[in-house]
Amino acid sequence: MSELILSVEDLTVSFDGFKAVDGLNFYVEKDELRCVIGPNGAGKTTLLDMICGKTKPSAGAVRFKNYNLLNMIEYQITRVGVGRKFQTPSVYEDLTVFENLEISDPRKRGILGSLFFKREQDLLGKIDQVAAQIFLAEVLRHKAGRLSHGQKQWLEIGMLLMQDPELLLLDEPVAGMSAREREQTAELLNRISKGRSIVVIEHDMAFVRLIAHKVTVLHQGKLLAEGSMDQVQSDERVIDVYLGH
Amino acid sequence: MLDGVRSGAAAATASAGSMVSRDWTQKYGLLILAVLLLLVLPLSLGVFRLGLAAKYLSLAFCAVGIVLIWGYGGILSLGQGVFFGLGSYMMAMFLKLESTSADSSAQALSSFFGSNLPDFMVWNSVEMLPWWWEPFHSVWFTLPAILLLPPLLAFMLAYANFRKRVGGVYFSIITLSLSAIMSIVIIGQQGVTGGVNGINDFRTFLGINLDTDEAKRGMYFITCGLLLLCVAAGSFILRSRLGKVLVAIRDREDRVRFSGYDPALFKAFIFAVAALFSSIGGAMFTVQVGLASPSLVGIQPSVEMVIYAAVGGRLSLIGAVYGAVLVGSAKTFFSENFVQYWLYFVGGLFIFVVMLLPDGLAGLLGRVRARLAVKRAPTSAPTQPERPIGETGIAK
Repeated sequence: MSELILSVEDLTVSFDGFKAVDGLNFYVEKDELRCVIGPNGAGKTTLLDMICGKTKPSAGAVRFKNYNLLNMIEYQITRVGVGRKFQTPSVYEDLTVFENLEISDPRKRGILGSLFFKREQDLLGKIDQVAAQIFLAEVLRHKAGRLSHGQKQWLEIGMLLMQDPELLLLDEPVAGMSAREREQTAELLNRISKGRSIVVIEHDMAFVRLIAHKVTVLHQGKLLAEGSMDQVQSDERVIDVYLGH
Repeated sequence: MLDGVRSGAAAATASAGSMVSRDWTQKYGLLILAVLLLLVLPLSLGVFRLGLAAKYLSLAFCAVGIVLIWGYGGILSLGQGVFFGLGSYMMAMFLKLESTSADSSAQALSSFFGSNLPDFMVWNSVEMLPWWWEPFHSVWFTLPAILLLPPLLAFMLAYANFRKRVGGVYFSIITLSLSAIMSIVIIGQQGVTGGVNGINDFRTFLGINLDTDEAKRGMYFITCGLLLLCVAAGSFILRSRLGKVLVAIRDREDRVRFSGYDPALFKAFIFAVAALFSSIGGAMFTVQVGLASPSLVGIQPSVEMVIYAAVGGRLSLIGAVYGAVLVGSAKTFFSENFVQYWLYFVGGLFIFVVMLLPDGLAGLLGRVRARLAVKRAPTSAPTQPERPIGETGIAK
């Protein structure tokens, strides 16, 4: 077994008595691309929220490398290398694509540093490179608010890439995309998964099949099954609650 | 594929040069303002009217700050009068002590009280100068205090609130209460603050007689110089990486945390900058008008400052200066001619601007420009009526 990058143990959170995630154990290895699937309300998004600090769990532990993420707040978690993409694309609409990528770059996140920040050549190169990867090189000067839904999804992935995270948490990255865009995104994810770990929440089973190394199925806040795509798809319990007969 | 990468590189380099499309009004806006303030007004106005202009320009400092925090930071402060008042009162304390020490009747009484007491303290039977007045004997304490104390207070107040994620309308209410509290405290503690009359009757600043025409002109130019400096500093901030992060925070504060920034720190910083501007404005106001008054720290003046920024255009630093001068002049005109209608006029103006000109006069200028551009080049690509950088809509 290769090295673990993320370990989530006995994680529980309840909202007004309703346990959205219930005693969950979840491990991600280095360089792994994991897909998390499950019916609505299974706790998928809540799981990501707890890893990235958006929601505080009631019990359990979340460790990323040597950091105890439960003691840290959102921007600290981001700074140690966890990137989060939200379900509805969250980009800075009033800034250009270039500016969106630029401020996502991890250097100079303090007051004085960002006030007197000088853009260096290597940053321009990095922005160009990421923009090309996310298929947005032609629209760098457009305001992000003018992009199509799919392009916003790509931009948000690009913003994460600028952060150089070791763990990417992607919540429904292909929602609202055309078939062609989905293919491109699958290629993109396969390409960027080299050298980092990615957790993807997705409903589109064809897409999951294209990218997943391993699939985790959640149901009612608990782990239902885990394994390769084929194992999971032939699992009786998974078919019962999620895939259907 | 390679071509795509290369043209992307070109686009990036080009966009790095001028991130925001800047036309002549933006490029030369500061220059035009400087010419107006430093040449046109002094040459065309008499000393009395120039003094009025100086008064409005002192208030323009607050409006420029409000553009930064409201237009770009999304923080609607209804308490800029507090910081204006702090600067104003600190300057007034210094001037009062200087005037008192040169006053022969106060000197005659000083054997009673141990030191020269400002006249209003004597009238209120205060027999000793309060300890916190003492440092204001020194100009070397007063001037740094005007520049440091209000921003420091603003930063601490704002950071404490924003860190706990108190924001939006709740923060507006807090600032509103602060300005109410400050004016109530000043009025209530008449013996040490001058009460509702404020602090007035100054004669000199560092020995310079303030009543001469030369001194008045000189102070006018200093005010203009400082104001232009503040506008320039503001636009430097907005063009920096910090300015972009600020816009990002205004539009999607929650997302910014996941870009690795601490939004509370950035919001508190820009709030402190606005407080600094307001404090400088307050100090210049007091030197020129010869008065520090609770009527300039309360709710009404604080709200009027927001109106200056709204009329000028809440996304335009330069517009804020025009807004302050125009609304200020209108106020003088109305209160000279139809005293009782002034408040209705302000209310009407605010409604008009919010409903019809959400980006104020600067936004109007931008719209006219965009229309002209379309007329001039009807075949070229559709011109986006790009506002400087910003969205419409009041206080998010």
